[in-house]
Amino acid sequence: MVAQIIFLVLTLAAIALFTINLRKIIRNIRLGKPADRNDQPQKRLMTMLRVAFGQSKMVVRPIPALLHFFVYIGFVIINIEVLEIMIDGIFGTHRIFNGLGGLYNFLIGSFEILALTVWVSCAIFLIRRNILKMKRFTGVEMTTWPKSDANYILITEILLMSAFLLMNAADAKLQALGASHYVQAGAFPVSQFLMDLLPDSESALIAVERGCWWFHIIGILAFLNYLPYSKHFHILFAFPNTYFSNLEPKGEFTNMASVTNEVKAMLDPSFVPAETEPGKFGAKDVTDLTWVNLMNAYTCTECGRCTSVCPANITGKLLSPRKIMMDTRDRITEVGQNIDKHGADHQDGKSLLDDYISREEIWACTSCNACVQACPVNIDPLQIIIDLRRYAVMEESQAPSSINAMMGNIENNQAPWKYSPADRFNWAEGD
Amino acid sequence: MAELMAAGEEPEILFWVGCAGSYDERAQKITRDICKILHHVGIKYAVLGTEESCTGDPAKRAGNEFLFQMQAMTNIEILNAYNIKKIVTGCPHCFNTIKNEYPGLGGTYEVIHHTQLIQDLINEGKLKAEGGESFKGKKITFHDPCYLGRANGVYEAPRKALEVLDAQLVEMKRCKSNGLCCGAGGAQMFKEPEKGNKDINVERIDEALQTNPQVIAAGCPFCMTMLSDGVKLKDKEQEVKVLDIAEITARANGL
Repeated sequence: MVAQIIFLVLTLAAIALFTINLRKIIRNIRLGKPADRNDQPQKRLMTMLRVAFGQSKMVVRPIPALLHFFVYIGFVIINIEVLEIMIDGIFGTHRIFNGLGGLYNFLIGSFEILALTVWVSCAIFLIRRNILKMKRFTGVEMTTWPKSDANYILITEILLMSAFLLMNAADAKLQALGASHYVQAGAFPVSQFLMDLLPDSESALIAVERGCWWFHIIGILAFLNYLPYSKHFHILFAFPNTYFSNLEPKGEFTNMASVTNEVKAMLDPSFVPAETEPGKFGAKDVTDLTWVNLMNAYTCTECGRCTSVCPANITGKLLSPRKIMMDTRDRITEVGQNIDKHGADHQDGKSLLDDYISREEIWACTSCNACVQACPVNIDPLQIIIDLRRYAVMEESQAPSSINAMMGNIENNQAPWKYSPADRFNWAEGD
Repeated sequence: MAELMAAGEEPEILFWVGCAGSYDERAQKITRDICKILHHVGIKYAVLGTEESCTGDPAKRAGNEFLFQMQAMTNIEILNAYNIKKIVTGCPHCFNTIKNEYPGLGGTYEVIHHTQLIQDLINEGKLKAEGGESFKGKKITFHDPCYLGRANGVYEAPRKALEVLDAQLVEMKRCKSNGLCCGAGGAQMFKEPEKGNKDINVERIDEALQTNPQVIAAGCPFCMTMLSDGVKLKDKEQEVKVLDIAEITARANGL
């Protein structure tokens, strides 16, 4: 009975804490400017099913795709087992789904095989990161915390799977001993090989079984509450992020409505602009970005596929699309913390541009969309880069001098080079 | 265009030449080859001539939305005044901008890139590869322009134009949706690159040369400049030609 109460309190506390943190993140995302992403619901749903559920963009790199698929499918399916753990925990039962008979044995057997593949995949991931030191997991933005974050996640998953398998091994041994409460249930294709590692006495076995059971469930609850602080949030945000992702051609940049009004008024003095809210052009800070950009930032799991295909990054420039997303997340987190501590109107004098992302980074971008194409969850770093450029150019007139010259040429000669408009048709005279 | 209008005629298609196609010496050749192809198949086309002006693409990618929209609205006014329905462009940047960004500002047209026009003409049997230079068996690799490929999902049209040549098509490791930028997009064409350890076009040329091509095919005047510069830098001008799909098509047909 005491165990049941402790279980219930822990579970409710974990869910409550997670809800509070999740709501803070949703509030932070809502600090972004509006963007309409509610059109074409069917196409959006299909995109989500294909890209997030189906992981269609992962297959470009087959090895990590396969390993990630194991972890993903393991995570989703083993969570059915968590349902049983929840019910057992609350009602003090043991293996409540045992009534399913043959199906139960099949399920537990499958969970064990999945647990093993998750274990092995995570171990390979750790090796790739820490021993092989693959280039994709390095870079200026991959400081101590992002590296540790990745390792904590992988180690936790290995520990959780180990606990699950050890628990089953102890259970199987207890079942063989005929211990009361431990009914004959489940199939143990993997954990049967662990049985020899365990003690033979019933009391010691019960201690192992219970210990692993509690470790497993507390581990899951703790992991749930680690998510809001971690890059691992993608396991939840991948779904809304792909649902609300851009469905238009990647080359299409938004036409700013506020600018359209001013340009129309300039070209036609009789034009009466529609009411739009005054604001600055482009983005200086995260709150000038759209909510989609901010959700992108929370979704990023820092895999670095974007950066590894970025032509600027490949050739040694400072720009890294992954850093753009990580900086955006760090900054919006900071803005959120300021609101919590000092109220909604607090200004800390910092901004995304300059305090996080430098001018050198934004001007190195070729707008080639390779980063957007590479992201397995449809994050768009390019939009943020362009919005920062818009601020630099339209609010500050701070562009590299050669860019200013190019724009001057367009204004005066209707071409980016210094040629006379009268010569535009001269090409017809050649050959 | 003005002449056609004065004669009370309408073209089947408007050829949007673009700034590079108008002024850049190398790109002017491509412009003329596109005209030759249009002429060869008997399509009634027009150009705006001195009435054309920059689409605003480099200004928009550089963050100057004002200048972009000024350009766009001026161009849309002219295009609409001439009642233009269909446009073929010689540049993927113009293609992307007019196709995707002009409709929201009042300019809706059917827009195709010249490689798509060539693909259509081949499919309709109006264009073959005969009567000109033979590319049979030649090793050709195609460099995907970002604003044609990733930006608009056009990967097959330029390859179709190469397939009819009976040449040996070789793909670079990074091709199609994974293609590497030439380094000119996003207004980079008009500025010096940021500090790094290599120029992007050199990285791309190294990759292209690994396929041992006789021809590197391009579909964009900016890529043309970047790739040609790269080949020059590698001192491979004699062995490797950088040619636009339109030039290859014109040559193969003896135009």
